[in-house]
This record gives sequence, C-alpha cells and structure tokens, in this order.
Amino acid sequence: MKVISVRNLTKRFGSFTAVDNITFDIEQGEIFGFLGANGAGKTTAMRMLCGLSRPTSGEASVAGYDLYKNANRIKENIGYMSQKFSLYEDLTIRENIRFYGGIYGLSLSDIRSKTNLLVKKLKLEDSINSLVKSLPLGWKQKLALSVAMIHDPKIVFLDEPTGGVDPITRREFWTLIFEAADRGTTVFVTTHYMDEAEYCNRVAIMVDGQVEALDTTGVLKAKYAAKDMGEVFLQLARKAKRGDG
Amino acid sequence: MRQFLFFVKKEFYHLVRDRQTFFILLCLPLALILIFGFALTNEVKNSRIAVLDNSKDKATRAIIDQLEASRYFDILEYIPSNDKLEATFRSGKIKLAVVFPPNFNQELLHTNTATIQLIGDASDPNTSNALINYATAVIMDYQAGFRNAAEIPLRINTEIRMLYNPQLKGSYNFVPGVMAMVLMLVCAIMTSISIAREKEIGTMEVILVSPIVPMRLVFAKMVPYFLMSVVNIGSILLLSVYVLDVPIQGNLVLLILECMMFTIASLALGLLISSISNSQQVAMLLSVVVLFLPTAMLSGFMFPVENMPAVLRFISHAVPARWFYTTVINIMIKGLGFEYVWKETLILAVMTVFFLAVSILNFKTRLE
Amino acid sequence: MQAVEVNNIRKTFKAGKSVVTALHDISFGVDRGELFGLIGPDGAGKTTLFRILTTLMLAGSGTASVDGFDVVKDFKQIRKRVGYMPGRFSLYQDLTVQENLSFFATLFNTSIKENYDLIKDIYIQIEKFKKRKAGALSGGMKQKLALCCALIHKPSVLFLDEPTTGVDAVSRREFWELLHNLQKQTITILVSTPYMDEAGLCDRVALVQEGRILGIDTPEAITKQFDQVLWSARAENMFKLLTDLKAQQEVNSCFPFGQEHHVTFNGSEENARLVETRLNQLGHKSVRFEKINPGIEDCFMELMEQHKKS
Repeated sequence: MKVISVRNLTKRFGSFTAVDNITFDIEQGEIFGFLGANGAGKTTAMRMLCGLSRPTSGEASVAGYDLYKNANRIKENIGYMSQKFSLYEDLTIRENIRFYGGIYGLSLSDIRSKTNLLVKKLKLEDSINSLVKSLPLGWKQKLALSVAMIHDPKIVFLDEPTGGVDPITRREFWTLIFEAADRGTTVFVTTHYMDEAEYCNRVAIMVDGQVEALDTTGVLKAKYAAKDMGEVFLQLARKAKRGDG
Repeated sequence: MRQFLFFVKKEFYHLVRDRQTFFILLCLPLALILIFGFALTNEVKNSRIAVLDNSKDKATRAIIDQLEASRYFDILEYIPSNDKLEATFRSGKIKLAVVFPPNFNQELLHTNTATIQLIGDASDPNTSNALINYATAVIMDYQAGFRNAAEIPLRINTEIRMLYNPQLKGSYNFVPGVMAMVLMLVCAIMTSISIAREKEIGTMEVILVSPIVPMRLVFAKMVPYFLMSVVNIGSILLLSVYVLDVPIQGNLVLLILECMMFTIASLALGLLISSISNSQQVAMLLSVVVLFLPTAMLSGFMFPVENMPAVLRFISHAVPARWFYTTVINIMIKGLGFEYVWKETLILAVMTVFFLAVSILNFKTRLE
Repeated sequence: MQAVEVNNIRKTFKAGKSVVTALHDISFGVDRGELFGLIGPDGAGKTTLFRILTTLMLAGSGTASVDGFDVVKDFKQIRKRVGYMPGRFSLYQDLTVQENLSFFATLFNTSIKENYDLIKDIYIQIEKFKKRKAGALSGGMKQKLALCCALIHKPSVLFLDEPTTGVDAVSRREFWELLHNLQKQTITILVSTPYMDEAGLCDRVALVQEGRILGIDTPEAITKQFDQVLWSARAENMFKLLTDLKAQQEVNSCFPFGQEHHVTFNGSEENARLVETRLNQLGHKSVRFEKINPGIEDCFMELMEQHKKS
C-alpha cells in the first residue's frame, strides 16, 4: 500500500526552483532515506509533504489525503521531529508528553497510559518529572521520537534526527526506528550520516532540486560501483551545479 | 582610527539594512508628536459653548467678548433661561456653559466679589476639564485687567476649581517628554539590543578572542545611534515649531547641547543594560521596564512630580529623564537661560559620567 | 614547548541547585603543526574546553597554555595569536561576504591584502559570491567564509568548534581538504567534531565523552587498542538479525553499522560459529560472519561501555 505518492511536485520561490518536478512513491512500513547536499531542496520537499508549504505545481497524497485539499487531515496522520525543534526544554518529560498528546487530541486516560508505556520503554521512569533540558542530548532525541509517534501516526518525518548524538545512543535511536517500521509505521528520514543511509530500505538522493537517484541501497551501490552509500552520495552530489542556493 | 571608522561603517550597515527598524526609528518622533499633539491633547480649540447671561450688564458683556475672542471658544448659543440649560447640554452641541448670576456687575462693584458658574459636560471629563480651565483663565485675565484700573481689588469667583495646569501650557509640555522618550528608545534600547544581538549570533565570541579592546567596538556601535538621535532631535524641534506652533523660547544651542548630553547618558544606560543581558529579548524587556517606563511615567511628563506619592517622587530623582525634562521645559517653553538650569545640567552630567564609568567597568572581556 | 598544553583542567557549571561538571581534570598536549581532533558527541565538553583555551572562560582549576602563553595571565597575547571559529554561525548575516571579511581583518588590525596568500585557496571558492549577504549563503559556503574570517590574521593556533556539524558529506570532505592544506602552512589546528568518521583525517585525536577523555592517540593506535575480535554480521533481514543477535548469550555487544552489524563475542572464537549455526536454525537466510578491523567508532563505543562499567 502506498502511503506517500508524489507526482511532478515543484516548488518555486520567485525565479528559483527549490524542488524541481519530483516523483516517487513510498510503501507502508518503509524506511525511506532522503539525502542531499545543503541547499539541494530536501527541507523544502519535506515541508510540502508535511502540509507546511504549498507546492507551486504537481500532485501528492500523504497518508491517503490530497496535499492541496486535506492538508489538515495529513497533519493528524503524521508525526514530525527535527534536531532543531522537538521538545520544550523548560517543560518536564511528563508535561511534554501531555502537551503533544493533547495537540493530537488524545484523551487524558490515553495520554496517561501512553506516558507510562513510553517512559518505561525509554527507562526514564526516574526522571519523568525533571525538565527536558536536564536530559543528555541522546535521551532527548529518543524521547522526541517517541513523542512524535504518540498518536500512532501512519508516517513519521525525521529531519536530521541524530545530529551530534553519541554513537551508542544513535544506534539505540535507530533501533526505535526499526521497531516503528516493523509495526507498520512509514519512516521518512533525512541524515548527514552516511552509515545511516544504509539502514534505509530505499534511498532518494536529491541534487539541485531533482531526485537524481532512487532505489534500494544494494541496487544503488551496484549501479555506481560504490562500496558504500557515502561513495554513492559523493558521486551524485558532486554533480550539483547550483551548489549554492 | 581607521579601525574605529570601519567599525562605525559596519554599524551603519546594520542600521540601514534593517529597513523596518530604521524606518520605525526615523518615523518615531513624527508618530509620537502627532499622537500627543493631536490625538491625546487636552487642548481644545474653537469649542462650542453656551452662555446664560442673567445679568446682561457691562461686566458680563466684557467677559463674553473676551471668551468669544479667545481661540478656544465659539459661542454657539445664548440660552435665555435656566430651564433651557439642560436641554442644550443634552443635545450634545456644547461641552460647557458659562452662567452669570443676576446683578453680576452690581455685586462685583459693591461687594468686590461675584461668582460665575461654569458647567461642564462631565461625560467627557478631560475635555470639560480643559475647557473649564481655559474659561477660568479668560475670566482671570479679565479680572487682572480690571484690577489695574480700579483702586480696590475686585474678585470674581468661579465655581469650579483649577484642577491642574495653571499656566495653561499643558498641551506643549509633551514636546520635551516626547524628546526624552525618543532618545531613550533610540539610544538605550537600540544600543543594548544591538550588543545583545552580537552575543546571540556568536560574533561577540570572535570579537572577544581578538586583540582589540571590545570597548572600541562598543563605542563604534554608539555612533550611528547618536547621529540618529541628533536627526530625531532636529525633527522633533522642527515639528514642534512648524506643526504645533510651539516656538523655542530659549537658546537653541544650549537646548541642543542639553539634548546631546541626555543622548550620551541614554547610550551609557543602553551599554549598562547590554552588559547584563545575554539575549535581545532580555535587553528589550529590561530597557522597557528599567528605562522606558520610568522615562514616561516618572519624569514629570505624564504625571507631575509634585503630585506623586513620596516613594515615587523619591525614585524619580534617579530618573535622568526627570532632570532632562525640567531642563528642556525651562529652556524651550519658558525661555530661561543656563543660570536656571545649571543644577539639572550638573545632575545629568554626573549621572552620565557615572553610567559610562559603571558600564565600562562592568563590561566583560569573557563569556561569563 | 607544545602549541597547546592542558593540565588538569576542571570546569563546573551551576544548573539550578545542582552542579554539573563539564570537564573532569582533563590533560593533554598538542604539538606544533599538528591537526588535532576532539571527537565526541554534543555535551561532551568540547565547546567548554575551546572556550577556556581561547580565553573566553576561566577554568575552575588546572592550567593551560596556548602558544606558550598562560590562558589566564597572558590572555591578551593569546587573543593576538589564535583564530577561533565558534560552533554557532558567527558571521553578520546582514553584511556581505566581503564586508564580513574586511570587518574581521580590521578587528585584528590587518587587511585582506596582507594575508591573502593564506586564505587564497578558500577565498577563491566564495569570491563569486562576495557581494552576497552572508545570511544568503548555503551551509558549506558559510563555513568557508567563517574559516577565512578566522584565518585572516594568520593565527599560529586555530580553534574550530564543530565546523562540519550540519554540513553535507560533500562540503565536509572539501572542508577537511582545506584543513590539510592549511596544516602545510605550519598552523596548529584543533578541531572538534561529533562525526566519528572524521577522526581518521586528524593526526591525533582525543575521544571525549561527558567531560572525560576516553582515549588519546593517533587514529591507528586507537583502533589497535581495541582488545576484542570484531565481527561483521549480515543476513537478509537485518533488523531481525539485530534482535536475534542481541538475544544470544554468547554475544557481548551488537550494534548496527551501516550495511552490517558489528558483533563481539564472549569467550572463544568458537562461539561465533555456534551463533551462526543457531541463526541459520532461526530461519535467517545468507548469514555471513566475517572478522574485521575495528574503526574509531567501534573503539569509541567500547571505551564508552568500559567507562560506564567503571
């Protein structure tokens, strides 16, 4: 079942085409890696799919809803987490969970049971009433991911979720992603860590606003005769002409 | 020196490239002058009033003529009798009625005292208060002229009392107040924000890890705001002379020098604020609470210092704007010379030096 | 005399009522002309250490010197000699590329012309944008401009705090090439990064975690210290492989590592064969175990675990 379907999606800012006619489908339960150099158009594409930015042209449906007509329904069915904005540092863990649960319209009893479940899973029982800012970064990111999925969204969008996180926590974080995908949640993720690209079922690489390559990691590596995804990425990203947007 | 000039140039880039802020700062004096000058003023020109003259004698005629001659009043109606008075008010056409008792002149001459009733429409207390004040002033004027002519001092009582503003110059007092507010805003708030911004974007870190004395950069920061303030002083003075018809009675050079000193004091205060705030938001809030509000509320501009509770009156001594405000009133409105403002000037000068010294000593050469 | 000497530096911060120790008595030295990497995640104390060395902060205890000058006593001398690129984007967004560069040149009482040789290689890459505002540059370009600004006064020691964070792989690689070129000009470079794969690009690295140095040596020597046999494991279903591997009692550690999992075993190598057979029984297809050489990241994780235990 396709949960994301994108056809000729384009976004222009004045004379600048940030996203240029991209087309792809994402299946349910897939971990979909979205790579690209700075300024390749990743963020713009992601914002459109989250219903935050209106496309200039093209079509797309996310979680079964049309991007133009049902942007609000889309937002109910997706989770979003980024390195830059995730949790409120000056609220406690419990308050953050409660707030995001409330945003997605969960009932109080649901929020309570979810809170217990989530905190237990992340082994945060002892610090449930401490401020998020007192947590180490890695814990924050794991918590943020769990909170982004508190309403059991069909798709979760992760924008560079592991930047600056220590290597062990980074892997724990990815274990959470694997588990979510195993449960049937579709994961759409951007990253600068090339080893993380290997964890994805399929990877799209954007260059100058276009999807330059899209396939499973195995096929891509064979096609570009590369030993890992890092090499594939370098080969493609070096083609970039606009480099600077 | 070449270094310093380059720093100044850089600050000008910041100032001019932030179009919105630049525009707001330039238009601020205009906006404030217009708001205070026309919207909030309690001065009323050509107001329609009614007269009920139960005496119709020489004295009442003379007073009515003077009322009519003043630019504050237009006599709309002569009410024939007391019972029509209320109806006229209710029609909403007038805000004030002047009622002369029967035998006004006679009483005045025989008992040396007479009473005029001034009835205001209290539904608009500000306007009616102002009108009553003006009317009272006109009557006093008449009385004064009368006194010169006669041997025995005569007294006309008005049934209301003078609530405030005895010199009737209230409407012009806001010009010095606006000046204090604009200078505070441009100098103190903008300086502190612009230093806090350098901390926020991280450039302060690089500047601190360089051989220059950071104060040099900070002083360069002050230059554009100082010049901007000079422009603002000029525009306020021009506006007040040509738009509000408030002439500058005293020495223009002295006035401008006093303004510049207050500008420097404000810049020093901005610097002081910036040394204790690490974000633009904190700098902004601190400036508003610690600098801007006292300037507006405690300088004597909105509320007379004499009428303040003792505690606030005491605090007001520490507000530079209070001394500045008095100085400007004295020079600009009353036309007094330096011999009348030297005390305030001295206090302001001491404050300026003090703030500058504290902020320089307090300036941190490290991040913590 | 080393370019940078750090002796027992400790730094604590107050966080509400509690006291957080950002640096636990750290000591190390950096030789002249060395490209030295501080590798560690966010919150390891890298920025605090750089701020102490660049005289922006005072250490709680311990001493440090840069270029032979004490960071407390001779801070003015140090400020003349070091270049510093903070982690945050530290340029004026509203000034153009050229104006930013002139500003920093003026700050150090020099001019672009005077030290143009040093920045030439970097500057020609951004020169075509010299009239563009710094705020409108992409991440990689901003990084290059910031590097130019930090170099404009020909510093003897250069401190780069996470210059490649959030920058794409291509720009990162280019940035490291620039650093290697700079090194040839006998500038000592200290660079911090959360990317473990960048460790191999340094002469020596210090692995830092939670305010402590876990290990310090050349990248090769560090990987040699790895005292277990490391295996890579592959199978068709990698996620199932991960969970099944973690469930085996013979498995000491198992982490996903790109296209494979890195596994260490308790006891003898025989256990590897044992687990392999068991995985085949569990229905895994094309299971493949291979002995491999550990990388910096393997070492970092091992050191982290060791530290947690002690």
